[in-house]
Amino acid sequence: MSEVDLTVKIGDKLELKNPVILASGTVGYGNEISEFIDLSKIGAIVTKSISLHPRKGNPPQRVVETTGGMLNAIGLANVGLEKFISEKLPFLEKVKSTLICNIAASTIEEYVECVSILDRYEIIKAFEINVSCPNVKDGGLIFGNNLNAVAEITGRVRKATGKTLIIKLSPNVSDIAGFARVAKERGADAVSAINTLVGTAFDINTRKPKIKNITGGLSGPAIKPVALAKVLEISRNVDIPVIGIGGITDWQDAVEFMIAGASAVQLGTVNFVNPKASIEVLEGLNKYCLDNKIKRIAELTASYVL
Amino acid sequence: MILDNYVVVRNLFLTDNIFLLTVKAPEIAGKFQPGQFCNIKVSESLIPLLRRPFSVSDVREDEISFMIAVTGEGTKILSLKKPGEHVNILGPLGHGFKIDKNFDLGIIVSGGIGIAPFPFLIKRLKDSGKEIVVFNGARTSKELVKLNTEKEFISTDDGSEGFEGNVIELLNSQKNILDGKKVKIFGCGPHPMLAGLQKFCARENIECEISVESNMACGFGICQGCPVHSAKEDKYYLICKDGPVFNSNEIIL
Repeated sequence: MSEVDLTVKIGDKLELKNPVILASGTVGYGNEISEFIDLSKIGAIVTKSISLHPRKGNPPQRVVETTGGMLNAIGLANVGLEKFISEKLPFLEKVKSTLICNIAASTIEEYVECVSILDRYEIIKAFEINVSCPNVKDGGLIFGNNLNAVAEITGRVRKATGKTLIIKLSPNVSDIAGFARVAKERGADAVSAINTLVGTAFDINTRKPKIKNITGGLSGPAIKPVALAKVLEISRNVDIPVIGIGGITDWQDAVEFMIAGASAVQLGTVNFVNPKASIEVLEGLNKYCLDNKIKRIAELTASYVL
Repeated sequence: MILDNYVVVRNLFLTDNIFLLTVKAPEIAGKFQPGQFCNIKVSESLIPLLRRPFSVSDVREDEISFMIAVTGEGTKILSLKKPGEHVNILGPLGHGFKIDKNFDLGIIVSGGIGIAPFPFLIKRLKDSGKEIVVFNGARTSKELVKLNTEKEFISTDDGSEGFEGNVIELLNSQKNILDGKKVKIFGCGPHPMLAGLQKFCARENIECEISVESNMACGFGICQGCPVHSAKEDKYYLICKDGPVFNSNEIIL
């Protein structure tokens, strides 16, 4: 059988060589993970959230393991826009990665300013707007569970860039499809779902939360069924490409997300456990398509039988 | 950094709760400095999900040993590994202790399982011709792993062996051994003990490196889960990448 066509389209402007994307906040700016994988072979890499100014992040304890998952409250620690451009972009350019910039902000103006400045860099192929970080007091979820705020941010950022615009949605809402719908109406090309679920854990001896921030974002295999249901909900109700995220650890998980409606998938927490996971998922997807005589992997998207 | 499966060659309990896991790892055994660590996947299962970080305790030809206290599910699984089974190891990670010409007497100060990185360090200190004194503290004699060096002072919280009290009090009581020598202190143990050691070294103006432990996910800088605050700037270091060994005046515990 001839080779499998692994390319996928995210909206009209962005074609990825394959549907495997490295999720924001789980691979930094690419340099550490590149010791394990060839970034040019991966569909795309999404940067750690970049904010206009550097953020120090939250005090320890920032991470704790839970059953089949982990809670984190990093607090969007990042080098800031200026250092990202001067110190991080050249490396990402050198390794020929397909680059998606994730942007975090505490005001709508900051989102617009970040995107406007980064828009001129050819290497950046898309923006993923983080309106759903559960771990910062300003911005983050305050936007993510407010329909009007997501509409306003999407509309304003849309005017600032002609590149592919992806809105990263929070699962901590009752109607995620409603958020996907306003994102589409205001000009987003795609949505990514889901960001982490708000959770916590206590030490039963000290009776203190195990995370200094009290709550954190739950990720990892534990959240996969929730994420799949959210992807399916968006896919069934809104005509917009969905990038599926949430607890993917192997190629079977990636196939499952695509069947549920995802055009592409992001690998997050698994990168911490197995930094080679993305390449392994990619090989597995290719073999699955060959074994099942699937010529174009894009055929898998929303191929569920209900 | 290398990521691979390595075969367990020995796994022995040294106390009721502390065991020494030895693996054959020819590709990486020669690449470690004392104080560096590995991030180990305790099983192929998704539960426990994350790797567990452990200092390299000793290196002997193509074997690496880890001295580990059973503190939870992950360490319990590791304690049950039998020779012939495999563990998935990521390493070497982080920065280790520095041995240079600026000192003649290396003093080791350990609290509890903080003893883990020191067999390897002692070996390298001996190779460099340094004089060595060990201050080894534990809660009770039952939890004590002795290094059996010539000069080893012991403390236990309950007085069941050696000095009754903590290891910093013991160090304080013996500080005349520092007199007239070019000294460097190497510390590892729980944070309150290390904070006590920081104060001691600042007061006595002694060069000191401490190895700091933390929960972490990745072990190589991408999860940002293991911050420790800088003493000099308003920023966090990452224990995995900037440490785990820091100069004692670099960080606030």
